[in-house]
Amino acid sequence: MSGDIAVLGAGMHPWGKWGRSFVEYGTIAARAALTDAGLDWKQVQSVVGADTVRGGYPGHVAGATFAKALGWQGARVTSVYAACASGAQAIGAARAQILAGLADVVLVVGADAAPKGFFAPAGGERPDDPDWLRFRVLGATNPAYFGLYARRRMALHGDTVDDFAQVKVKNAAAGTLNPNARYRRTVSAEEVAASAVVADPLRLLDICATSDGAAALVLTSMDFARRHGTTDPVRIRAVSTVTPTFPRSVLDLPDIATDSAASVEPAPHSFRASIARAAYEEAGIGPEDVSLAEVYDLSTALELEWYEDLGLCGAGEGAKLLRDGTTALGGRIPVNPSGGLASFGEAVPAQAIAQVCELTWQLRGAAGDRQVSGARAGITANQGLFGHGSSVVAVR
Amino acid sequence: MTHARTRTPVVAGWFTDAPGPDFRLLGTRCTACASVFFPREDAFCRNPGCTGGELAEVPLSQRGRVWSFTDGRYRPPSPYVSDPQVEWEPYVLVAVELAAERMVVLGQAVPGVSAADLAVGMEVEVVPGVLNEDADTTWTTWHWRPVEVAA
Repeated sequence: MSGDIAVLGAGMHPWGKWGRSFVEYGTIAARAALTDAGLDWKQVQSVVGADTVRGGYPGHVAGATFAKALGWQGARVTSVYAACASGAQAIGAARAQILAGLADVVLVVGADAAPKGFFAPAGGERPDDPDWLRFRVLGATNPAYFGLYARRRMALHGDTVDDFAQVKVKNAAAGTLNPNARYRRTVSAEEVAASAVVADPLRLLDICATSDGAAALVLTSMDFARRHGTTDPVRIRAVSTVTPTFPRSVLDLPDIATDSAASVEPAPHSFRASIARAAYEEAGIGPEDVSLAEVYDLSTALELEWYEDLGLCGAGEGAKLLRDGTTALGGRIPVNPSGGLASFGEAVPAQAIAQVCELTWQLRGAAGDRQVSGARAGITANQGLFGHGSSVVAVR
Repeated sequence: MTHARTRTPVVAGWFTDAPGPDFRLLGTRCTACASVFFPREDAFCRNPGCTGGELAEVPLSQRGRVWSFTDGRYRPPSPYVSDPQVEWEPYVLVAVELAAERMVVLGQAVPGVSAADLAVGMEVEVVPGVLNEDADTTWTTWHWRPVEVAA
Protein backbone atom coordinates (compact mmCIF):
# COMPACT_ATOMS: atom_id res chain seq x y z
CA MET A 1 0.00 0.00 0.00
CA SER A 2 1.40 3.39 -0.97
CA GLY A 3 0.55 4.94 2.39
CA ASP A 4 2.86 2.62 4.32
CA ILE A 5 6.09 3.65 5.99
CA ALA A 6 8.66 1.27 7.46
CA VAL A 7 9.68 0.92 11.10
CA LEU A 8 13.38 0.11 10.78
CA GLY A 9 14.37 0.68 14.37
CA ALA A 10 12.80 0.73 17.83
CA GLY A 11 14.54 1.52 21.09
CA MET A 12 13.71 2.39 24.68
CA HIS A 13 15.33 3.50 27.89
CA PRO A 14 13.83 1.37 30.66
CA TRP A 15 11.04 3.03 32.68
CA GLY A 16 11.71 3.80 36.33
CA LYS A 17 12.67 6.63 38.64
CA TRP A 18 16.26 7.17 37.68
CA GLY A 19 16.79 10.75 38.80
CA ARG A 20 18.48 11.85 35.60
CA SER A 21 17.63 14.23 32.75
CA PHE A 22 15.01 13.35 30.15
CA VAL A 23 17.63 14.30 27.54
CA GLU A 24 19.83 11.43 28.69
CA TYR A 25 16.96 8.93 28.54
CA GLY A 26 15.92 10.12 25.08
CA THR A 27 19.44 10.00 23.72
CA ILE A 28 19.90 6.42 24.96
CA ALA A 29 16.57 5.38 23.40
CA ALA A 30 17.49 7.13 20.11
CA ARG A 31 20.84 5.39 19.95
CA ALA A 32 19.17 2.05 20.65
CA ALA A 33 16.68 2.64 17.82
CA LEU A 34 19.47 3.63 15.40
CA THR A 35 21.47 0.52 16.33
CA ASP A 36 18.34 -1.59 15.87
CA ALA A 37 17.86 -0.05 12.42
CA GLY A 38 21.51 -0.53 11.45
CA LEU A 39 21.77 3.18 10.64
CA ASP A 40 24.14 5.94 11.64
CA TRP A 41 22.74 9.11 13.23
CA LYS A 42 24.25 11.11 10.37
CA GLN A 43 21.94 9.31 7.94
CA VAL A 44 18.90 10.76 9.74
CA GLN A 45 17.41 13.56 7.66
CA SER A 46 14.76 14.68 10.10
CA VAL A 47 14.29 14.44 13.84
CA VAL A 48 10.88 14.79 15.50
CA GLY A 49 10.73 15.28 19.25
CA ALA A 50 7.66 14.74 21.45
CA ASP A 51 7.81 17.53 24.02
CA THR A 52 7.85 17.29 27.78
CA VAL A 53 6.48 20.24 29.75
CA ARG A 54 8.56 19.42 32.78
CA GLY A 55 11.99 20.16 31.39
CA GLY A 56 12.05 23.79 32.47
CA TYR A 57 10.13 25.30 29.57
CA PRO A 58 6.47 24.91 28.65
CA GLY A 59 6.57 22.55 25.69
CA HIS A 60 10.33 21.95 26.04
CA VAL A 61 11.57 21.99 22.46
CA ALA A 62 12.48 18.33 22.38
CA GLY A 63 13.37 17.89 18.69
CA ALA A 64 16.30 20.27 18.83
CA THR A 65 17.27 19.15 22.33
CA PHE A 66 17.74 15.56 21.13
CA ALA A 67 19.43 16.67 17.88
CA LYS A 68 21.95 18.62 19.93
CA ALA A 69 22.52 15.75 22.36
CA LEU A 70 23.13 13.32 19.49
CA GLY A 71 25.49 15.88 17.89
CA TRP A 72 24.31 18.65 15.57
CA GLN A 73 24.32 17.33 12.00
CA GLY A 74 21.89 19.68 10.30
CA ALA A 75 18.78 17.45 10.14
CA ARG A 76 15.37 19.02 9.67
CA VAL A 77 13.68 19.41 13.06
CA THR A 78 10.10 19.26 14.37
CA SER A 79 8.82 19.43 17.95
CA VAL A 80 5.26 18.55 18.87
CA TYR A 81 3.16 18.71 22.01
CA ALA A 82 -0.21 17.04 22.48
CA ALA A 83 -0.01 15.91 26.12
CA CYS A 84 -0.33 12.11 26.29
CA ALA A 85 -0.81 12.02 22.51
CA SER A 86 2.48 13.81 21.80
CA GLY A 87 4.15 10.59 20.67
CA ALA A 88 1.46 9.81 18.11
CA GLN A 89 1.67 13.34 16.75
CA ALA A 90 5.44 12.93 16.45
CA ILE A 91 4.94 9.70 14.50
CA GLY A 92 2.26 11.42 12.41
CA ALA A 93 4.57 14.32 11.59
CA ALA A 94 7.38 11.94 10.65
CA ARG A 95 5.06 9.91 8.45
CA ALA A 96 3.78 13.01 6.66
CA GLN A 97 7.34 14.08 5.87
CA ILE A 98 8.22 10.62 4.55
CA LEU A 99 5.05 10.26 2.44
CA ALA A 100 5.51 13.80 1.07
CA GLY A 101 9.04 12.91 0.00
CA LEU A 102 10.61 15.51 2.29
CA ALA A 103 12.71 12.93 4.14
CA ASP A 104 13.57 9.24 3.77
CA VAL A 105 14.86 8.61 7.29
CA VAL A 106 13.21 10.19 10.34
CA LEU A 107 14.07 9.70 14.01
CA VAL A 108 11.19 10.08 16.48
CA VAL A 109 12.04 10.52 20.17
CA GLY A 110 9.98 11.05 23.32
CA ALA A 111 11.34 11.11 26.86
CA ASP A 112 10.32 12.32 30.29
CA ALA A 113 11.51 12.64 33.84
CA ALA A 114 8.22 12.79 35.73
CA PRO A 115 7.56 14.39 39.10
CA LYS A 116 6.25 12.37 42.04
CA GLY A 117 2.56 12.36 42.87
CA PHE A 118 -0.40 13.92 41.11
CA PHE A 119 0.20 15.75 37.87
CA ALA A 120 -0.59 19.43 38.46
CA PRO A 121 -0.90 22.44 36.17
CA ALA A 122 1.72 25.17 35.91
CA GLY A 123 1.63 27.73 38.73
CA GLY A 124 0.28 31.24 38.87
CA GLU A 125 -3.25 32.66 38.77
CA ARG A 126 -4.57 31.45 35.40
CA PRO A 127 -8.39 31.32 35.39
CA ASP A 128 -8.46 31.22 31.56
CA ASP A 129 -6.96 27.70 31.61
CA PRO A 130 -9.49 24.85 32.02
CA ASP A 131 -6.75 22.63 33.44
CA TRP A 132 -5.89 25.21 36.10
CA LEU A 133 -9.59 25.75 36.85
CA ARG A 134 -10.44 22.12 37.51
CA PHE A 135 -7.76 21.98 40.19
CA ARG A 136 -8.57 25.40 41.71
CA VAL A 137 -12.36 25.07 41.71
CA LEU A 138 -12.86 21.33 42.21
CA GLY A 139 -9.56 19.74 43.21
CA ALA A 140 -10.32 17.36 40.36
CA THR A 141 -7.11 15.36 39.86
CA ASN A 142 -6.64 12.94 36.97
CA PRO A 143 -7.56 9.95 39.19
CA ALA A 144 -10.83 11.73 40.05
CA TYR A 145 -11.89 11.46 36.40
CA PHE A 146 -10.76 7.81 36.32
CA GLY A 147 -12.92 7.24 39.40
CA LEU A 148 -15.94 8.80 37.69
CA TYR A 149 -15.54 6.49 34.67
CA ALA A 150 -15.07 3.44 36.89
CA ARG A 151 -18.15 4.17 39.01
CA ARG A 152 -20.19 4.81 35.85
CA ARG A 153 -19.16 1.41 34.45
CA MET A 154 -20.19 -0.30 37.67
CA ALA A 155 -23.62 1.33 37.52
CA LEU A 156 -24.19 0.82 33.79
CA HIS A 157 -22.51 -2.49 33.03
CA GLY A 158 -22.24 -4.24 36.38
CA ASP A 159 -18.43 -4.18 36.43
CA THR A 160 -17.00 -4.90 39.86
CA VAL A 161 -13.91 -3.64 41.65
CA ASP A 162 -12.57 -7.18 41.31
CA ASP A 163 -12.87 -6.89 37.51
CA PHE A 164 -10.76 -3.76 37.72
CA ALA A 165 -8.23 -5.53 39.95
CA GLN A 166 -7.98 -8.37 37.42
CA VAL A 167 -6.79 -5.87 34.78
CA LYS A 168 -3.88 -5.05 37.08
CA VAL A 169 -3.22 -8.73 37.70
CA LYS A 170 -3.12 -9.39 33.94
CA ASN A 171 -0.91 -6.43 33.07
CA ALA A 172 1.47 -7.01 35.97
CA ALA A 173 1.92 -10.63 34.81
CA ALA A 174 2.85 -9.40 31.31
CA GLY A 175 5.15 -6.76 32.79
CA THR A 176 7.23 -9.40 34.56
CA LEU A 177 8.30 -10.52 31.07
CA ASN A 178 9.35 -7.06 29.84
CA PRO A 179 12.89 -5.83 30.61
CA ASN A 180 11.85 -2.22 29.87
CA ALA A 181 9.01 -2.22 32.42
CA ARG A 182 9.39 -0.36 35.72
CA TYR A 183 7.37 -2.87 37.78
CA ARG A 184 8.36 -6.45 37.10
CA ARG A 185 6.57 -8.48 39.72
CA THR A 186 3.22 -10.19 39.76
CA VAL A 187 0.37 -8.51 41.64
CA SER A 188 -2.59 -10.36 43.16
CA ALA A 189 -6.18 -9.17 43.32
CA GLU A 190 -5.82 -9.24 47.10
CA GLU A 191 -2.91 -6.79 46.90
CA VAL A 192 -5.00 -4.44 44.76
CA ALA A 193 -7.88 -4.68 47.24
CA ALA A 194 -5.51 -3.98 50.14
CA SER A 195 -4.05 -0.83 48.57
CA ALA A 196 -5.39 2.56 49.62
CA VAL A 197 -8.44 4.08 47.92
CA VAL A 198 -7.35 7.12 45.90
CA ALA A 199 -10.55 8.08 44.11
CA ASP A 200 -13.54 5.90 44.93
CA PRO A 201 -13.86 3.13 43.68
CA LEU A 202 -10.26 3.05 42.48
CA ARG A 203 -7.28 2.11 44.62
CA LEU A 204 -3.62 2.93 44.34
CA LEU A 205 -2.88 -0.23 42.33
CA ASP A 206 -5.74 0.56 39.91
CA ILE A 207 -4.05 3.80 38.87
CA CYS A 208 -0.86 4.11 36.86
CA ALA A 209 2.22 5.74 38.34
CA THR A 210 4.29 8.48 36.71
CA SER A 211 7.71 7.41 35.54
CA ASP A 212 10.94 8.36 33.85
CA GLY A 213 11.46 6.71 30.49
CA ALA A 214 12.12 7.16 26.80
CA ALA A 215 11.19 5.57 23.49
CA ALA A 216 12.41 6.15 19.95
CA LEU A 217 11.65 4.93 16.44
CA VAL A 218 13.55 5.11 13.17
CA LEU A 219 10.94 5.49 10.43
CA THR A 220 11.74 5.35 6.72
CA SER A 221 10.12 5.22 3.32
CA MET A 222 9.38 1.75 1.98
CA ASP A 223 11.89 2.41 -0.85
CA PHE A 224 14.63 3.29 1.61
CA ALA A 225 13.89 0.14 3.63
CA ARG A 226 14.25 -1.98 0.47
CA ARG A 227 17.51 -0.26 -0.52
CA HIS A 228 18.71 -0.85 3.03
CA GLY A 229 18.05 -4.56 2.54
CA THR A 230 14.96 -4.85 4.71
CA THR A 231 12.39 -6.45 2.44
CA ASP A 232 9.68 -7.23 4.99
CA PRO A 233 9.75 -4.48 7.61
CA VAL A 234 7.03 -3.74 10.14
CA ARG A 235 4.91 -1.07 8.47
CA ILE A 236 2.85 1.74 9.93
CA ARG A 237 -0.39 1.79 7.98
CA ALA A 238 -2.43 4.36 9.89
CA VAL A 239 -1.92 7.20 12.34
CA SER A 240 -5.13 8.61 13.78
CA THR A 241 -4.82 12.03 15.39
CA VAL A 242 -8.49 13.05 15.28
CA THR A 243 -10.27 15.58 17.49
CA PRO A 244 -13.74 15.12 19.00
CA THR A 245 -16.93 16.20 17.27
CA PHE A 246 -19.43 18.67 18.73
CA PRO A 247 -21.21 18.08 20.99
CA ARG A 248 -18.76 16.05 23.03
CA SER A 249 -21.06 14.23 25.39
CA VAL A 250 -18.70 12.28 27.67
CA LEU A 251 -17.11 14.24 30.50
CA ASP A 252 -13.35 14.25 29.96
CA LEU A 253 -10.39 15.74 31.75
CA PRO A 254 -9.68 18.63 32.11
CA ASP A 255 -13.29 19.73 31.47
CA ILE A 256 -15.73 20.79 34.19
CA ALA A 257 -18.72 20.05 31.96
CA THR A 258 -19.55 18.34 28.69
CA ASP A 259 -20.86 20.15 25.65
CA SER A 260 -24.62 20.54 25.57
CA ALA A 261 -26.49 18.25 23.20
CA ALA A 262 -29.57 20.47 23.37
CA SER A 263 -29.38 21.62 19.76
CA VAL A 264 -27.19 19.05 18.00
CA GLU A 265 -27.44 15.28 18.35
CA PRO A 266 -24.12 13.75 19.52
CA ALA A 267 -22.31 11.33 17.20
CA PRO A 268 -23.29 7.71 17.87
CA HIS A 269 -19.72 6.89 18.94
CA SER A 270 -17.74 8.45 21.75
CA PHE A 271 -14.55 10.40 21.07
CA ARG A 272 -12.45 7.46 22.22
CA ALA A 273 -14.25 5.13 19.82
CA SER A 274 -13.83 7.61 16.96
CA ILE A 275 -10.05 7.60 17.48
CA ALA A 276 -9.88 3.88 16.74
CA ARG A 277 -12.47 4.01 13.96
CA ALA A 278 -10.39 6.57 12.09
CA ALA A 279 -7.32 4.36 12.43
CA TYR A 280 -9.13 1.24 11.22
CA GLU A 281 -10.60 3.13 8.27
CA GLU A 282 -7.23 4.52 7.23
CA ALA A 283 -5.59 1.10 7.57
CA GLY A 284 -8.37 -0.71 5.75
CA ILE A 285 -8.66 -3.29 8.51
CA GLY A 286 -11.14 -3.93 11.31
CA PRO A 287 -11.05 -5.19 14.89
CA GLU A 288 -11.36 -8.77 13.60
CA ASP A 289 -7.94 -8.43 11.92
CA VAL A 290 -6.10 -7.31 15.05
CA SER A 291 -3.64 -9.70 16.72
CA LEU A 292 -2.87 -7.44 19.69
CA ALA A 293 -3.54 -3.99 21.09
CA GLU A 294 -1.62 -1.58 23.29
CA VAL A 295 -4.04 0.77 25.07
CA TYR A 296 -3.67 3.58 27.57
CA ASP A 297 -4.55 1.96 30.88
CA LEU A 298 -4.29 5.09 33.00
CA SER A 299 -6.60 3.14 35.25
CA THR A 300 -7.63 -0.49 35.25
CA ALA A 301 -11.26 0.42 34.53
CA LEU A 302 -10.23 2.57 31.58
CA GLU A 303 -8.60 -0.43 29.89
CA LEU A 304 -12.03 -2.12 29.81
CA GLU A 305 -13.48 0.94 28.08
CA TRP A 306 -10.78 0.75 25.43
CA TYR A 307 -11.79 -2.87 24.63
CA GLU A 308 -15.20 -1.53 23.67
CA ASP A 309 -13.89 1.60 21.96
CA LEU A 310 -11.52 -0.52 19.83
CA GLY A 311 -14.43 -2.74 18.82
CA LEU A 312 -12.90 -5.83 20.43
CA CYS A 313 -16.32 -6.38 22.02
CA GLY A 314 -19.67 -4.67 22.28
CA ALA A 315 -20.58 -1.85 24.64
CA GLY A 316 -20.55 -3.01 28.24
CA GLU A 317 -18.84 -6.32 27.41
CA GLY A 318 -15.30 -5.28 28.37
CA ALA A 319 -15.27 -7.03 31.72
CA LYS A 320 -16.57 -10.25 30.14
CA LEU A 321 -13.74 -10.17 27.59
CA LEU A 322 -11.29 -9.85 30.45
CA ARG A 323 -12.91 -12.61 32.50
CA ASP A 324 -12.82 -14.92 29.46
CA GLY A 325 -9.05 -14.45 29.24
CA THR A 326 -9.36 -13.10 25.70
CA THR A 327 -7.11 -10.12 26.40
CA ALA A 328 -4.42 -11.90 28.44
CA LEU A 329 -1.20 -13.23 26.93
CA GLY A 330 -2.22 -16.49 25.27
CA GLY A 331 -5.74 -15.19 24.68
CA ARG A 332 -7.30 -14.40 21.30
CA ILE A 333 -6.44 -10.66 21.36
CA PRO A 334 -3.84 -9.87 24.00
CA VAL A 335 -4.17 -6.27 25.19
CA ASN A 336 -1.12 -4.59 26.68
CA PRO A 337 1.23 -7.55 26.23
CA SER A 338 3.96 -5.03 27.14
CA GLY A 339 2.50 -4.81 30.64
CA GLY A 340 0.86 -1.47 29.83
CA LEU A 341 0.94 1.62 31.96
CA ALA A 342 0.24 -0.64 34.93
CA SER A 343 3.78 -2.00 34.58
CA PHE A 344 5.45 1.07 33.12
CA GLY A 345 3.89 4.13 34.73
CA GLU A 346 3.32 7.09 32.47
CA ALA A 347 6.23 8.94 30.88
CA VAL A 348 3.97 11.26 28.93
CA PRO A 349 5.84 12.18 25.70
CA ALA A 350 7.36 8.69 25.41
CA GLN A 351 4.27 6.61 25.98
CA ALA A 352 2.58 6.58 22.57
CA ILE A 353 5.98 5.89 20.96
CA ALA A 354 6.59 3.05 23.42
CA GLN A 355 3.27 1.52 22.36
CA VAL A 356 4.55 1.39 18.77
CA CYS A 357 7.88 -0.07 19.93
CA GLU A 358 5.90 -2.94 21.46
CA LEU A 359 3.89 -3.46 18.25
CA THR A 360 7.16 -3.50 16.30
CA TRP A 361 8.77 -6.16 18.46
CA GLN A 362 5.59 -8.24 18.51
CA LEU A 363 5.13 -8.07 14.74
CA ARG A 364 8.78 -9.01 14.22
CA GLY A 365 8.29 -12.04 16.47
CA ALA A 366 11.01 -10.61 18.72
CA ALA A 367 9.04 -10.04 21.92
CA GLY A 368 10.60 -12.95 23.80
CA ASP A 369 8.54 -14.58 26.54
CA ARG A 370 5.62 -12.20 25.99
CA GLN A 371 5.40 -12.93 22.25
CA VAL A 372 1.88 -12.98 20.78
CA SER A 373 2.04 -15.97 18.44
CA GLY A 374 1.42 -15.25 14.77
CA ALA A 375 1.03 -11.49 15.29
CA ARG A 376 0.22 -9.82 11.95
CA ALA A 377 -1.48 -6.55 12.87
CA GLY A 378 -1.57 -4.41 15.98
CA ILE A 379 -3.29 -1.23 17.09
CA THR A 380 -2.40 1.32 19.74
CA ALA A 381 -4.84 3.72 21.40
CA ASN A 382 -4.35 6.72 23.57
CA GLN A 383 -5.78 10.13 24.19
CA GLY A 384 -4.18 13.45 25.08
CA LEU A 385 -5.56 16.14 27.38
CA PHE A 386 -7.86 18.73 25.73
CA GLY A 387 -8.97 16.44 22.85
CA HIS A 388 -6.02 14.81 21.10
CA GLY A 389 -6.73 11.43 19.56
CA SER A 390 -3.91 8.94 19.17
CA SER A 391 -4.02 5.56 17.47
CA VAL A 392 -1.49 3.77 15.29
CA VAL A 393 -1.99 0.63 13.20
CA ALA A 394 1.10 -1.41 12.32
CA VAL A 395 1.20 -4.54 10.18
CA ARG A 396 3.71 -7.06 8.93
CA MET B 1 -11.23 41.85 66.89
CA THR B 2 -12.61 40.22 63.80
CA HIS B 3 -13.28 41.69 60.43
CA ALA B 4 -15.80 40.54 57.87
CA ARG B 5 -14.46 38.66 54.91
CA THR B 6 -15.62 39.63 51.44
CA ARG B 7 -17.62 36.92 49.69
CA THR B 8 -16.15 36.47 46.23
CA PRO B 9 -17.03 33.82 43.61
CA VAL B 10 -14.05 31.57 42.85
CA VAL B 11 -14.74 32.34 39.19
CA ALA B 12 -16.69 35.45 38.20
CA GLY B 13 -19.92 34.92 36.26
CA TRP B 14 -20.33 31.17 36.72
CA PHE B 15 -23.18 31.36 39.25
CA THR B 16 -25.58 33.82 40.82
CA ASP B 17 -24.95 35.44 44.19
CA ALA B 18 -28.51 34.70 45.24
CA PRO B 19 -28.79 32.88 48.58
CA GLY B 20 -30.74 29.71 49.21
CA PRO B 21 -33.31 28.42 46.78
CA ASP B 22 -32.68 31.03 44.08
CA PHE B 23 -29.05 30.03 43.55
CA ARG B 24 -28.24 28.97 39.97
CA LEU B 25 -25.29 28.09 37.80
CA LEU B 26 -24.96 30.53 34.90
CA GLY B 27 -24.14 29.52 31.35
CA THR B 28 -24.70 31.14 28.01
CA ARG B 29 -27.04 30.18 25.19
CA CYS B 30 -26.48 30.89 21.51
CA THR B 31 -29.41 32.90 20.20
CA ALA B 32 -28.98 31.34 16.75
CA CYS B 33 -28.71 27.58 17.48
CA ALA B 34 -29.75 27.37 21.17
CA SER B 35 -26.60 25.48 22.21
CA VAL B 36 -25.86 26.01 25.90
CA PHE B 37 -22.36 26.49 27.25
CA PHE B 38 -20.99 25.94 30.74
CA PRO B 39 -18.43 27.18 31.59
CA ARG B 40 -19.87 30.14 29.72
CA GLU B 41 -18.73 31.09 26.24
CA ASP B 42 -19.06 34.82 25.70
CA ALA B 43 -17.20 35.32 22.43
CA PHE B 44 -18.16 32.57 19.96
CA CYS B 45 -20.67 29.75 19.64
CA ARG B 46 -18.72 26.47 19.45
CA ASN B 47 -21.30 24.57 17.38
CA PRO B 48 -19.48 24.10 14.02
CA GLY B 49 -22.83 24.00 12.22
CA CYS B 50 -23.90 27.39 13.57
CA THR B 51 -23.30 30.58 11.68
CA GLY B 52 -22.96 32.32 15.01
CA GLY B 53 -25.36 34.25 17.17
CA GLU B 54 -25.30 36.43 20.24
CA LEU B 55 -24.51 34.55 23.41
CA ALA B 56 -27.00 35.36 26.15
CA GLU B 57 -26.59 34.53 29.82
CA VAL B 58 -28.88 31.73 30.94
CA PRO B 59 -29.41 30.06 34.33
CA LEU B 60 -28.92 26.28 34.22
CA SER B 61 -31.40 23.78 35.60
CA GLN B 62 -31.28 23.59 39.39
CA ARG B 63 -31.80 19.86 39.49
CA GLY B 64 -30.22 16.96 37.68
CA ARG B 65 -29.35 13.31 38.10
CA VAL B 66 -26.03 11.80 39.14
CA TRP B 67 -24.08 10.66 36.05
CA SER B 68 -21.24 9.42 38.23
CA PHE B 69 -19.34 10.29 41.41
CA THR B 70 -16.00 9.78 43.11
CA ASP B 71 -14.01 11.24 45.95
CA GLY B 72 -10.57 12.67 46.66
CA ARG B 73 -8.88 10.70 49.42
CA TYR B 74 -5.61 12.58 49.02
CA ARG B 75 -4.91 16.30 49.15
CA PRO B 76 -4.97 17.67 45.57
CA PRO B 77 -2.01 19.79 44.48
CA SER B 78 -2.08 23.58 44.12
CA PRO B 79 -3.92 25.60 42.86
CA TYR B 80 -6.46 23.74 45.03
CA VAL B 81 -6.28 25.53 48.36
CA SER B 82 -6.06 23.54 51.59
CA ASP B 83 -4.26 23.97 54.89
CA PRO B 84 -1.38 21.46 55.04
CA GLN B 85 -1.47 21.72 58.85
CA VAL B 86 -5.00 20.36 58.96
CA GLU B 87 -5.69 16.67 58.41
CA TRP B 88 -7.07 16.07 54.93
CA GLU B 89 -10.83 15.69 54.84
CA PRO B 90 -11.91 13.78 51.67
CA TYR B 91 -14.58 15.46 49.57
CA VAL B 92 -16.92 14.01 47.00
CA LEU B 93 -17.10 15.00 43.34
CA VAL B 94 -20.39 14.54 41.51
CA ALA B 95 -20.97 14.67 37.76
CA VAL B 96 -24.58 15.66 37.21
CA GLU B 97 -26.65 15.21 34.07
CA LEU B 98 -28.99 18.15 33.38
CA ALA B 99 -31.93 16.95 31.31
CA ALA B 100 -32.97 20.20 29.66
CA GLU B 101 -29.44 21.23 28.70
CA ARG B 102 -28.43 17.63 27.85
CA MET B 103 -25.06 18.13 29.48
CA VAL B 104 -23.05 16.89 32.45
CA VAL B 105 -21.67 19.36 35.01
CA LEU B 106 -19.09 18.43 37.62
CA GLY B 107 -19.06 19.86 41.11
CA GLN B 108 -18.20 19.06 44.71
CA ALA B 109 -20.93 17.60 46.87
CA VAL B 110 -22.01 19.55 49.94
CA PRO B 111 -19.75 18.81 52.92
CA GLY B 112 -20.86 15.76 54.87
CA VAL B 113 -21.93 13.75 51.84
CA SER B 114 -19.81 10.65 51.23
CA ALA B 115 -19.55 8.45 48.15
CA ALA B 116 -21.55 5.82 50.02
CA ASP B 117 -24.51 8.24 50.17
CA LEU B 118 -24.74 8.52 46.37
CA ALA B 119 -25.91 6.40 43.47
CA VAL B 120 -25.92 6.91 39.71
CA GLY B 121 -29.33 8.30 38.72
CA MET B 122 -30.03 9.94 42.10
CA GLU B 123 -31.58 13.42 41.96
CA VAL B 124 -29.42 16.30 43.19
CA GLU B 125 -29.76 20.08 43.26
CA VAL B 126 -27.28 22.91 43.05
CA VAL B 127 -26.71 24.99 46.20
CA PRO B 128 -24.30 27.77 47.13
CA GLY B 129 -21.16 26.69 48.96
CA VAL B 130 -17.81 27.83 50.25
CA LEU B 131 -14.63 26.57 48.59
CA ASN B 132 -12.09 28.07 50.98
CA GLU B 133 -11.41 31.13 53.12
CA ASP B 134 -8.33 33.25 53.55
CA ALA B 135 -7.68 36.36 55.67
CA ASP B 136 -9.86 38.70 53.62
CA THR B 137 -12.00 36.55 51.38
CA THR B 138 -14.59 33.80 51.49
CA TRP B 139 -14.29 32.12 48.09
CA THR B 140 -17.73 30.90 47.06
CA THR B 141 -18.62 28.05 44.71
CA TRP B 142 -21.47 25.68 43.84
CA HIS B 143 -22.17 22.35 45.48
CA TRP B 144 -24.42 19.45 44.54
CA ARG B 145 -26.75 18.22 47.27
CA PRO B 146 -28.94 15.12 47.19
CA VAL B 147 -32.62 16.08 47.08
CA GLU B 148 -34.36 14.85 50.21
CA VAL B 149 -36.99 12.24 49.64
CA ALA B 150 -40.35 13.72 50.51
CA ALA B 151 -41.76 12.27 53.71
